[in-house]
Amino acid sequence: MTQLKELYNQPLFGIALTVLFYVAAQRLNLRWRWLHPLFVTAGGMMVFLLLCDIPYESYKVGGDVITFFLGPATVALAVPLYKSAQVMKGKIRAIVAGVIVGSVCGLVSVAFLMMSLDATRDTLLSMLPKSTTSPIAIELARQLGGTPELGGVFAVLTGLFGSMFGPAILHSARIRGNIAIGTAIGTSSHGIGTARLLRDSEVQGGISGFAMGLTSVITPILCIPIYWLI
Amino acid sequence: MLGLAILLGYEFIGYIARHFLGIPLPANVIGLILLAISLFCGWVKLEWIEKSADFLLKHFMIFFAPTIVGTIAFFARIGDEWVAISLSMVGSAIAVLLLTGWSTSWFAGKEETK
Repeated sequence: MTQLKELYNQPLFGIALTVLFYVAAQRLNLRWRWLHPLFVTAGGMMVFLLLCDIPYESYKVGGDVITFFLGPATVALAVPLYKSAQVMKGKIRAIVAGVIVGSVCGLVSVAFLMMSLDATRDTLLSMLPKSTTSPIAIELARQLGGTPELGGVFAVLTGLFGSMFGPAILHSARIRGNIAIGTAIGTSSHGIGTARLLRDSEVQGGISGFAMGLTSVITPILCIPIYWLI
Repeated sequence: MLGLAILLGYEFIGYIARHFLGIPLPANVIGLILLAISLFCGWVKLEWIEKSADFLLKHFMIFFAPTIVGTIAFFARIGDEWVAISLSMVGSAIAVLLLTGWSTSWFAGKEETK
């Protein structure tokens, strides 16, 4: 048993498990388009770890190596952004305006909903920055007086929701066009939503990456008046 | 490999900008902004980075998987408030999606007619 434990405390365990589940999820997604690969990969691994009684800390050793590549991958969003410049030309002001409207809406709607549902103050403050990328959400949750890690969790889950259901929600609301779709997904569900768009459209992914970067700059500025209120 | 080196290099510049210049953005977002500027100015050629970038972006989703698995540790903390949390998160996400989508279309349309 101790030998087994040594095995899954190696980085190789977490890396191999993630890649394996990801490849399987890709296959399943080819067959059933509605099965979201990230949901299947992460959900499958959660069930696997729980069933085999493997502590998250052991998985994390290798998981962190995979997460490391989120860094260069995010930088790489500059490529679709550059390629969609032609489409965005002359629409920059519309995108910026949309991101500002969306970011304000994100903060106000969380505060309104959480207050009407009698949530605790700490949870509310941690959820406010949920539409930004997780490193920013963690930092903002800290500054607002919430729980930083919880802020990161809310950001990731919001991103996953937008990635899974965002395109369908926009479609049913008759929101069409690369500009509107890219801006809406990037503003509401940052990198995880952007990853979903990139699977089908480089242009939408590029615009979404742009909106994501902009949301990360605008939301902290919008949070400044909240410090005065609380 | 040249592509990956450039991507990591820009992330590293972002890291330096964050820690030594105190720019309050994550290193990878600063790197993204700087690389986009460099592409538009022609300092970095698209061919140098395109292959590496395409590979990373094609599999963008996998890089989020461990972080989502990490939410496991917070299930107990979320536990007692899960109704308020899920309703607010989903409600707010839908509101942001729709309002951003509509307002962007509206602003874009207005600019077009000018």
